[in-house]
Amino acid sequence: MVGLLHTIEIAIGATCLGLLIGIGGAYGKLYGGPVVRDLLAVYTTVVRAVPELVLILLLYYAGTDLINQVLAALGYQRIDISGLAAGIAVLGFVQGAYSTEVIRGAILAIPQGQIEAARAYGMSPGLLLRRITLPAMLPFAIPGLANLWLIATKDTALLAVVGFYELTLATRQAAGVTKAYLTFYLAAGAIYLLVTLISNLIIGRIEARARRGMPSLKEAR
Amino acid sequence: MMAPGAAPALKHLAQNGAAEAIHVENLHKKFGELHVLKGVSLSARDGEVIAIIGGSGSGKSTLLRCINCLENPTSGIIRVNGEEIKLKADSHGHTVPADRKQIERIRSKLGMVFQNFNLWSHMTLIENVIEVPVHVLGVKREVAIAEAEKLLTRVGLAEKRDVYPAYLSGGQQQRAAIARALAINPRVMLFDEPTSALDPELVGEVLKVIGDLAREGRTMVLVTHEMKFAREVATHVVYLYNGLVEEEGPPEQIFGAPKSERLKQFIRNIG
Ligand SMILES: Nc1ncnc2c1ncn2[C@@H]1O[C@H](COP(=O)(O)OP(=O)(O)O)[C@@H](O)[C@H]1O
Ligand SMILES: [Mg+2]
Repeated sequence: MVGLLHTIEIAIGATCLGLLIGIGGAYGKLYGGPVVRDLLAVYTTVVRAVPELVLILLLYYAGTDLINQVLAALGYQRIDISGLAAGIAVLGFVQGAYSTEVIRGAILAIPQGQIEAARAYGMSPGLLLRRITLPAMLPFAIPGLANLWLIATKDTALLAVVGFYELTLATRQAAGVTKAYLTFYLAAGAIYLLVTLISNLIIGRIEARARRGMPSLKEAR
Repeated sequence: MMAPGAAPALKHLAQNGAAEAIHVENLHKKFGELHVLKGVSLSARDGEVIAIIGGSGSGKSTLLRCINCLENPTSGIIRVNGEEIKLKADSHGHTVPADRKQIERIRSKLGMVFQNFNLWSHMTLIENVIEVPVHVLGVKREVAIAEAEKLLTRVGLAEKRDVYPAYLSGGQQQRAAIARALAINPRVMLFDEPTSALDPELVGEVLKVIGDLAREGRTMVLVTHEMKFAREVATHVVYLYNGLVEEEGPPEQIFGAPKSERLKQFIRNIG
């Protein structure tokens, strides 16, 4: 149960962090200068090219090491980075690359005139993002972001390799102690499935809300 | 200020003592190599209805879009509400607004109505109409809603207040867009071919709303292909040809006794 809780905590944290990175990344790719665009292209390409497991190992060990070296260089004590924070940071970084592309595509799908109207009425860039761009791109982004969320819940299992106690590691330990492998892994599988089913329900609600201004395809047929 | 020797282009101003809401002087706009506006001057005093006519690609939309800085002019002077838009050159040599706050302030004085309505699709009509008053102008929500209801009633959409734009006809959407523009209590309304995207049977209902506004003395700059309408409501007509003002004057003169051959032909073809 603690394992499940950790899994969900990390998945939520990583998805939120990924969304923030994704919004920033998409904006940078669409409206940034050439340097920003190039950097983001490297980020999204590399992160999406390298297997997640490798990234996690790399970012987790290299990342904590780097932070500690920086701290040492600045004359601070080494710190123990909590598995939770590290897990969220690492997965969030990975999710950010995918979110960037999903959100970039969704922003491009907004009818340009709606953004133009907002500018024509004197909205500042921040207000425009908050009031028009984000809500208007949401219906186009939700299917992609929902995928990312489901992947995030399962990618948390990869954190087991760096010793983070989440659902899969908890299962392995319990199974190892009791030798009831089948039972525990089936149970874990069922829990992942349950998480997915509940997620689908919630995502369906969010999607219906985001698409509120759009006639349904059924009616258009 | 109008010296006797003022350019003939600005002569009509001398007859009218009202304050100048929009002043455009020697405006040039280039898209890369393409020289779209080649020195256009235009003026709208309070209460005037300026109709801009001209063939497709003559630069009508570009002119309108320069007035509220949706496009940055290459050179020239634009004054809105007595305030000259400050421009500067960026590192690539393009002209860009020097003061974003000023642009936002000026834009919130101009009610733009687009060819394709451009209502915000994730908001109901009433939400569309109160959006700018509440979030840009800082009007209290209840006050904005009360005002928006009046405006929607005016354009005949009171019972559609909670409907999303996608569920409405083009004519209804355009009338809602006009209500959205009126909600900011604009000094000037800018219309860019407001009926060009509409089915013919929906044009009338939109023109009626615009005509009513004109008759009650709203200052407007109106790009249109509806010549009959322009003749009816405009106080001054500007014929744009190939990025220049080819001829301008009161509607009786432009439509009744055009001087330029091109204008004569244009009116023959379209009317
Ligand atoms: N953003 C743009 N980039 C490049 N060319 C443009 C752009 N906007 C308009 N143009 C060109 O400028 C000319 C005038 O366009 P426009 O002002 O829209 O004409 P009108 O509204 O009179 O039909 C056209 O040749 C058009 O192709
Ligand atoms: Mg046009």
